[in-house]
Amino acid sequence: MSIDTRTPVSVPPRSPARRAQDGGSAGERGLNAVSHGLLVVWVLLGVVPLLWAVLTSFKSDREIFTSPWSPPTEWHFENFVRAWTTANIGRYFINSAIVVCAAVVLVMLLGAMVAYVLARYEFPGRNAIYYTFVAGMTFPIFLALVPLFFVVQNLGMLGTYHGLILVYTAYALPFTVFFLTSFFRTLPGALVEAAMLDGCSHSGAFFRIMLPLARPGMISVGILNFLGLWNQFLLPLVLMPDQERYVLSQGLAVLAANQGYRSDWSALFAGLVIALLPVLAVYIAFQRRIQDGLAVGALK
Amino acid sequence: MRYGKYRFVASFLAIPLLLYIVFVVSPYLQAIYISMTDWRGFSPNRNFIGLANYAELLGDGRFWRAMWHNALLLIVVPVVTLGIALFLATMTTVAGRRGSVGHGGVRGSRFYQVVFVFPHVVPLVIAGVLFGFFYNPEAGLLNGLLRLVGFDWLTRAWLGDTTFALPAVMAVLIWSFVGFFYIVLSAAMKSLPTDVFEAAVLDGAGGFRTFVSITIPMLTDSLKTSYIYLGILMLDCFALLQVMLPDGGPDGSTEVVAQYLYRAAFTEGRFGYASAIGVALCLVTLVLAIVVLRMGRRERVEF
Repeated sequence: MSIDTRTPVSVPPRSPARRAQDGGSAGERGLNAVSHGLLVVWVLLGVVPLLWAVLTSFKSDREIFTSPWSPPTEWHFENFVRAWTTANIGRYFINSAIVVCAAVVLVMLLGAMVAYVLARYEFPGRNAIYYTFVAGMTFPIFLALVPLFFVVQNLGMLGTYHGLILVYTAYALPFTVFFLTSFFRTLPGALVEAAMLDGCSHSGAFFRIMLPLARPGMISVGILNFLGLWNQFLLPLVLMPDQERYVLSQGLAVLAANQGYRSDWSALFAGLVIALLPVLAVYIAFQRRIQDGLAVGALK
Repeated sequence: MRYGKYRFVASFLAIPLLLYIVFVVSPYLQAIYISMTDWRGFSPNRNFIGLANYAELLGDGRFWRAMWHNALLLIVVPVVTLGIALFLATMTTVAGRRGSVGHGGVRGSRFYQVVFVFPHVVPLVIAGVLFGFFYNPEAGLLNGLLRLVGFDWLTRAWLGDTTFALPAVMAVLIWSFVGFFYIVLSAAMKSLPTDVFEAAVLDGAGGFRTFVSITIPMLTDSLKTSYIYLGILMLDCFALLQVMLPDGGPDGSTEVVAQYLYRAAFTEGRFGYASAIGVALCLVTLVLAIVVLRMGRRERVEF
């Protein structure tokens, strides 16, 4: 499978002087140079398409088709205005923001409550509940799609914000519970015992002691939930038929599919960049935490 | 001291459990029942027809073709993705040789760690739109590059070509997923005991030898977990294909099971049949997980 052969980049030559500083035997030096070159190739592969998207979003439609490789001759900032207003990206962006933010807040609160109880209290049925949640991570959403559509419809929540928020919350619960349960187990229980001797209630101990202590874990999971839900496509596709309340990924897909008739490519690219900004911003701001979070969540 | 414990536990579990049962558990259970009916959607009458949908599925050429596309994705994408991720992770976590330790990444590893993950942060829908244009026959970056370097004969309508459409999609999936598995595998490598690497260096093992004889065997479990996870993603794989090739590709050459299911349910209104496809997909996922977990169990390394 020749996937890497059509890379749109070339390997920049590396100066031999810098390699020599790394030490290593003469035989391994050549190999190292090649390996280093491959790392650079992958960096370019990752970054070039994104940079290209950003540059393209400032071009005129004509330029996009006539000179795909050159930077824009004139910076068309109005592409973004057009995308935001005419192409409705602004509305979709706000819809996404409403649904995702509400769902993340809700799933973090409910997920933390479940995880805390599962991690810290002995009661009958505890394991059954835990495994019911964990099983939710392994089944493909596809299986549930058809009945879910009718459940939401029968509750009168089809095409509503709160319907989508509740569904997002429910589907983000398994990961959140799974991750936070193991996190709450690592926290010291003595503090809770002490607080309760001082007359603190069960829920008081949770909100005033354990929840603040769990902040690092909560932030990691919260970010991962945000990224995952912001990227969600399938659930809104089925549950949000109302075009006024489309979320961003849905709106972009429709916009892209409509290009055949209405071609406004520059607005489409501007829309892509607008959609990309929040996830890139969140990633760059929290990249350490995301890496730790992904690593722990995926390995445990 | 544990005063009112059960009331507290119940009060904390009630709402999340209700939400979870209504929106997650009940749809999964219903799906199994619906898959045994002839329900065509918006009419209330549905008849129990047992395994008839599954019998029809067995003889459905279009389903099997979609399954074959999933199988190709399932084999090619994880192998290439994990191969690249393993290489990148090795280079940035254990390949650098500071002194005799033999543990630690090459120069600039910190920078690579940040940048390698960029593609994974890009939502698949956006990647789909972006690469749909990348493969565009006239204005696309790929054909533009090929013309630039004089390989005009290679240019083609990548996504309109029955041979190249699926590999083109695979390339995007690989582009997107390497970052995630890079993190997973780097974390696994960082947790390996240092002394084994020191011993290998003392015994005169080179970088490649260390990789084959030390790193790979000790990472077997992580690689298996990653393969299962990636396998589940490849069986699903709906968002990207629906954006890049909404009609199932040229002549149906890229249609996957998830798209077929979506069409059967929401275009043709065959909900019973669609649910049977879903259950079949789920069974394949389970079988995959069991096979991968059982594979090479004896090779497990303790440390």
